Amino acid sequence: MKVSVVGVQGDVEEHVIITKKAMQNLGIKGDVIITRKFGAVSKSDVVIIPGGESTTISKLIFADSIAEEIIQLAESGKPIMGTCAGLIILSRFGDEQVEKTRTKLLGLLDVKVRRNAFGRQKESFQTKLQMKRIGEIDAIFIRAPVIEDVGEKVEILAKFEDKIVAVQQDNILGLAFHPELVSTKVHEYLLSLAHNL
Amino acid sequence: MKVEIEKLRFGTELVKRGFAKMQKGGVIMDVTNVEQAIIAEEAGAVAVMALHKVPADIRISGGVARMADPKKIEEIMDAVTIPVMAKCRIGHFAEARVLEAIGVDMIDESEVLTPADNFFHIYKKKFVVPFVCGARNLSEAVRRIWEGAAMIRTKGEAGTGNVVEAVKHMRLINHAISIVQRTNEEKLYSLAEKFASRYLEVSKIVTEETGIRIEEEIVYEHFTIEEIVEGIYEILLDIKKLNRLPVVNFAAGGVATPADAAMMMQLGADGVFVGSGIFKSSNPTKFAKAIVEAVQHYDEPDIIAEVSKELGEPMKGIEKFSETELLQTRGT
Repeated sequence: MKVSVVGVQGDVEEHVIITKKAMQNLGIKGDVIITRKFGAVSKSDVVIIPGGESTTISKLIFADSIAEEIIQLAESGKPIMGTCAGLIILSRFGDEQVEKTRTKLLGLLDVKVRRNAFGRQKESFQTKLQMKRIGEIDAIFIRAPVIEDVGEKVEILAKFEDKIVAVQQDNILGLAFHPELVSTKVHEYLLSLAHNL
Repeated sequence: MKVEIEKLRFGTELVKRGFAKMQKGGVIMDVTNVEQAIIAEEAGAVAVMALHKVPADIRISGGVARMADPKKIEEIMDAVTIPVMAKCRIGHFAEARVLEAIGVDMIDESEVLTPADNFFHIYKKKFVVPFVCGARNLSEAVRRIWEGAAMIRTKGEAGTGNVVEAVKHMRLINHAISIVQRTNEEKLYSLAEKFASRYLEVSKIVTEETGIRIEEEIVYEHFTIEEIVEGIYEILLDIKKLNRLPVVNFAAGGVATPADAAMMMQLGADGVFVGSGIFKSSNPTKFAKAIVEAVQHYDEPDIIAEVSKELGEPMKGIEKFSETELLQTRGT
C-alpha cells in the first residue's frame, strides 16, 4: 500500500509517523511518502492532506496541479483524508474568510465549512471525543474549523457541543481536529477503507 | 452527545506545540501595517508578525524598542485570516499578558526588542498562548523549551539582511544535537547541570552580598535548581531519542532572498521567518511570493532560479556589525 501525505506545508511529518504506526498495528506492508510536486498522488492508494494554513496549502496545490490529481484519485474511489486545513480544502463551500482570501477548494466533500470557528489560538483546546465506528479518541483542536451544513450523502462521524467536527462521504474523510498529534485510531480506520477496496 | 466542560483543556503543551507544528514548511513575515499584512497573506505566508518597525529600522532609530501599539496589532488581526504573532521584550511578562489579552496567536519573546530582564526569560508555561523564542545554541534552545517555548528560531542577526549568523546558529544547534544523540545518560545529566547554571545568576549575586546560603533555595519562579536540572535533563533525553529538538525550529535573523530561505530549509529549518527582507526590497509583492515558493521547493534549484529572476533590489543589508551592535547576545 502506498500512502502519500501532501507535503507542501503543515504538520506533514506527524501524519507520516502516525500512518507508519497505524500500518504496523494493522500488519499492512507499504510506504508512506511526502509529496510536494505533481506526479506522486496519482500513484497512491491513500492520500492525506495535513493540517496547516489552508490559504497557503490551497495556493501551493493548485499552482502545481496536485489539486487535479487529488480530484481524479478521489473519483477512482481511493480514500482521502483531510485534517483541519485539509478538511477545509476538501470541502465544497467555505465561509466569508475563504471567499475573502479567494482560497480555492477541491469540492470533494459536500459540506460548508467555517474557518477558525472556535476563535483564535488561545481558544484552541484538547478534549475526548466519541467517533462513530472509531470510538473514543483524544482530539486536538487548533484554530479549528467546523462543518456547518452537510449534503445528503455525507455521514456525520463526530460532533462536539452540537458542532459537526468529523464527516465521511464514501471514500472521503474530513476532520476539524488533529488525530495525527495523539493517536493512530483514525489513521487505522482510513487504512482499513483502502484495505477493503 | 454530552460533553463535560471540565475535560476541555486549553493551552496544554500539545495544543501549544501543535499550533507551532501547523506552521511548518511555511514563511512567517514581519509586517507593520494592514496593507503589508494583506500582501503577506496573499503571497501565501502562514502567519504574520505584527510590528511597529521592522528590525532594520529598529537598528537605525535606536532607543528602547518595546511591544507594538495594541491598536495596531488589532488592526492587523482584523485584516487577515492567518495567525498573527507579536513581539514582547525578553522577560517582560506584563507585555506578554497584554498580547495574550488582545488574542495574538503566538508571542515572540524577542531579542530584537530591548530586553526588560537581564536575568530571566518569561516563564511561558503559565500562559495559554504559545511562545517562540530565539536561540544561538543548544543551551539557549533547551532553556527556552524548559520555560515553555513551543517554537524555537535561530536568532541570526535581525535587520542585517545577512544570513551568516542564522547559518551559524543552525549549524551549532544541529551539531550539538548530534553530540547529544551519542552521549550517555550520566554525561547528559552533567550537561543539564551546566545548561541550568544560567538560572543561578541572581542567587549568586545575593549570596555574595549576604554571605548566606540556605537549603532548597527557590532560584526561578517556584523552582529549586535541582528541579530545573531535572527538567532540562528530561528535554535532553527527548532530544537524544528524537534526534531533533522536541519543538519546531525555524530560521530567522538575516534571511533576505529566496536562496537564503532555501539554504536554511536545507540546513534543517522547519520554516522561515523573514523580517526586514520583504518590505525593505523594491518589489515586496513579488519578493514575498518568491520566498514562499523557495521554501516549498527548497530542494529544487530550477524553481528557485525561476522565482529569483528580476526580483528587483533585495534589502541592502549590513556586512559587518560590531560586538556592541549585536542583538543576538541579548537574553541567553
